[in-house]
Amino acid sequence: MGWFEGRFEESVITTTLEQGINWARESSMWPMTFGLACCAIEMMASGASRYDMDRFGAGAFRATPRQADLMIVAGTVNFKMASRVRRLYNQMPDPKFVIAMGACTCGGGPYYKYGYNVVKGVDLVVPVDVYVPGCPPRPEALLEGLMRIQDKVRGMKGLTRGQPIELPIPARTGYALLPPELNDPDPVKAMEKQNAFAKATKEKAAPAKA
Amino acid sequence: MTAAEISAALEQEFGARIKSKNLEVLDPFVVIEPGDLVDVCRFLRDNPRLRFELLNCISGVDYLERDAKKAPKAGFEPHVEVVYHLQSFSHKHRFTIKIILPRWKDGKEGQLPEVPSVTSVWATADWHEREVYDLSGVWFTGHPDLRRILLSEDWVGHPLRKDYEFPLEYHGIRGR
Amino acid sequence: MATATTTPVQDQTIVEFDVRTDEMLVNMGPQHPSTHGVLRLVLRTDGEMISEVTPHLGYLHRCAEKIGENVTPIQFIPYTDRMDYLSGMNMNLGYSLAVEKLCGMKIPEKAQVIRVIIAELNRIASHLLGMGAYGLDLGTFSPFFYAFREREMILDLFEEVCGARLTYSYITIGGVHDDFPDGWVERCGQFVEYLKPRIEEYHTLLTRNHIFVERTANLGILPKELALSYGCTGPMLRGSLDREAGDPVWDLRKIEPYCGYEQYDFEAIVGPFPERPPQTVLGDCWHRFYVRMREIPESIKIIEQGIKKYATAQGSHRVELPRHLPPGEAYVETECPRGQMGFYVVGRPGKDMVPLRVRARSSSFANLSVTNAICRGCLIADVPAIVGSIDIVMGEIDR
Repeated sequence: MGWFEGRFEESVITTTLEQGINWARESSMWPMTFGLACCAIEMMASGASRYDMDRFGAGAFRATPRQADLMIVAGTVNFKMASRVRRLYNQMPDPKFVIAMGACTCGGGPYYKYGYNVVKGVDLVVPVDVYVPGCPPRPEALLEGLMRIQDKVRGMKGLTRGQPIELPIPARTGYALLPPELNDPDPVKAMEKQNAFAKATKEKAAPAKA
Repeated sequence: MTAAEISAALEQEFGARIKSKNLEVLDPFVVIEPGDLVDVCRFLRDNPRLRFELLNCISGVDYLERDAKKAPKAGFEPHVEVVYHLQSFSHKHRFTIKIILPRWKDGKEGQLPEVPSVTSVWATADWHEREVYDLSGVWFTGHPDLRRILLSEDWVGHPLRKDYEFPLEYHGIRGR
Repeated sequence: MATATTTPVQDQTIVEFDVRTDEMLVNMGPQHPSTHGVLRLVLRTDGEMISEVTPHLGYLHRCAEKIGENVTPIQFIPYTDRMDYLSGMNMNLGYSLAVEKLCGMKIPEKAQVIRVIIAELNRIASHLLGMGAYGLDLGTFSPFFYAFREREMILDLFEEVCGARLTYSYITIGGVHDDFPDGWVERCGQFVEYLKPRIEEYHTLLTRNHIFVERTANLGILPKELALSYGCTGPMLRGSLDREAGDPVWDLRKIEPYCGYEQYDFEAIVGPFPERPPQTVLGDCWHRFYVRMREIPESIKIIEQGIKKYATAQGSHRVELPRHLPPGEAYVETECPRGQMGFYVVGRPGKDMVPLRVRARSSSFANLSVTNAICRGCLIADVPAIVGSIDIVMGEIDR
C-alpha cells in the first residue's frame, strides 16, 4: 500500500477487495419487513422522511426473505410465531444479520413475568447480532443499531462469508449533552442542580387528594 | 328503557326461568340457566321494545381464590361465570346476562362446563365464544367450529383459569 | 366454457378451450408486506376469485388479560398502551374510565379537558397513519410519507407531554400523569392551524384520486344488519349507516358521552355523502375510508374547543386512587379510532388492589370477523383493499 498513495490523480483510490466488498455490503443492507407489533411502527417511522433510513442504503424493505440480508425483528415473538421467524431466517441467503429491536425481543420485555405465550427474547429462536433496547426504541436508536451492524460488516474477513474476528469498536460514545441549567463543570454542583430539578418536577406532578 | 323495565319485560316473558337479578350494581345483570340462554337471547334481540342487536362482549371469569388462607374470606364459591354484555342499536340501552357454571363439569377435573352457543342469534358470538373456550375453558355446544383462536392449535390447558401452570417449554423453546 | 373443436376456426385469433379452474388455497401471511401486522389469511380461491377467507389470529397473543389479574391497575396501564399501539392514549383512557367507574372516583374538570385534547390528537395521528398505510397497501407511497410527516409533529407534542412517542401510559387512573408543560397549549394550537389546510392534500391524493376510487369503490360492501350482527362498530359501522334512512348516528361520544364530550360541539360522520364519486356505494371501502378522513377535521374542532376550555379549567390534573379496589364489576366502552373498545374490570372482594379479571373487548376483533362475509366474490388483489379499509391493529385483536 505504501508508495501507491498519492502517486495518482485524485480520482484513483486504492483499497483491498475485502474493504470494497464490505463497503458495498454495508451501504446497501436491505431489511426484510418483519414488523410484528408496536416496534414496527417505530421501524416505519425510521424509514419515513424524518429519520430517513434510506440514506444508509437500508431503505429498500423487501417483503421476501430471499432478497433481504437484514432481518429487523420488531415486536414481540410468541410461541405461535416463533416457528415462522425461524423459517424466514432460514430462507434468507448468507451473509445475513439480525437486529433484535425492542425490549420484547431482547429478553421478553414487559411480558417477561406473566407471559405464558411470549418467547423470552428472540435469541432463543434466531442468532442475534445487535440488540436495540427500548420500548419502543426511538428511531435514532434503531439507526444506531443499524450503524453497529454496518461496523460489524466492515470488520468482516473473508469475501463470501465470514464472522468478524475483531469486534468493531463503536465510533460513538452515546453520551447525551445536558443543557446548561443541569450541567456544571464541577460534578458536585452539577449533581445539586440535577437533584433540584428532579425535586421541582416531582412536586409539580403530585396528584391532588381525592 | 331502564334496567328495571328490561328485567321486568324478561320476567314477564320467562317467569321463573330468570334465576336471579341484581339491579343495584353499576352494570345491572340477570342470571339465567345455560339451557334457557338461546331463547332469552333471541327474545332480547327480536322484541321490539328491547332490540338488543349488538353483542358487545362475551367474557369468561374464573372465580377461584388460590390462597387457602384467603379462601374463607373470599365471598364467593369457586365457579366460572360467562358474562354477556348487550347493547341496543335502536334504543341505546345496555344490559348484562350472566351464566354461572361449575368450574368442571360434574366435578371431574378436566371436563369443561358446557353452555349453548348463541352464534345463531348474533354472528359475532362465533369468535368471542372461541376465545372464551380457548382462554377460560368453557365448551359451547352447537358452535359451528369451536377451536382455539388465540393460542396454538396444540396448546394444552386454558390459561385464564386461576390454577393454570405456566408451561416450562414449548417445542424446545424455554418458557420461563 | 366451450369445448375444443376439431374443425378449424374461422378467426385465427379466437381460440376456445376448456379451462378447469381448480380451487386453490392461498396463504397470506403471517408475514406479508401489508402493514397491518401478523394476520394470516387463508384464501380459498377459484382461479382469481375468492370463495372464502379464513383469518387466523393469535400470532401476537401477549397474555395481557392474564397479566391484568396479577398487577395493580396503575401497573397495567402500560399494557393497555400496547394493545392498540397506534392510539395508546385512547386505550389508557378506556381502562382508566373502567377502574374509575368501579371505584366511584370523580375526576376534576382540568383532567377531563386534558384527556379530551390528548385523545383527539391521538385520534388524528391514528387515522393519518391508518389511511397512509392503506395507500401503501394499494401501492401509493406518497400518502404514507405525508401522513408520517404530520404524525411526527403530533408525536413531538406527545413527547413534550409525557416523554414517549408511541407507548405513552400518560392517561392514568385518576386523571393524567402530568399537567401540560409551559407553552404546550400554544404549540398545539399552532399545529392545529398548520394541519387544517393540509387535509385537502390527502383528499387530492387519495379520496378523489381516480385510481384509488376504482380500487375501492363498490368493494367489500357491508350492509348495516350484517355489521350489527357481527358487532362492527366505529368507522366501519358508520360507513354503512344512512342518516336519511333514519339510522342513529352511532358514535359513543354522542350516544353515551364520557369525559365531558357532551360539552363539545362536533359532528359524528355518517353517510350519505353528496360529494361521493358515482361509482361508490354506501358501505363499501371508499365510504369507510372517507368517514375516517372526515373525522379528522371534527377532531381538530374538538381540540380547539378544548384548548379554550383548558385556560379556565378548575381542579388538578390527577387525583389519588383509593387504597383498594372495591368488589364488583364495571364495563366501560369508549369510542376509539377503530371502534368501540370496552374494558371489563372485576374487583376482588377483600382488601386487594389487584383485580380479579380484566377483559378487553377490542373493536378490531369484531371488525375483522366480518372479513369472510364481505370478501366473497372479489379478486385476490382486492383482499388488501378490504382488509385495509377495516383498519385493524393486531395488537388489539390478539391482546
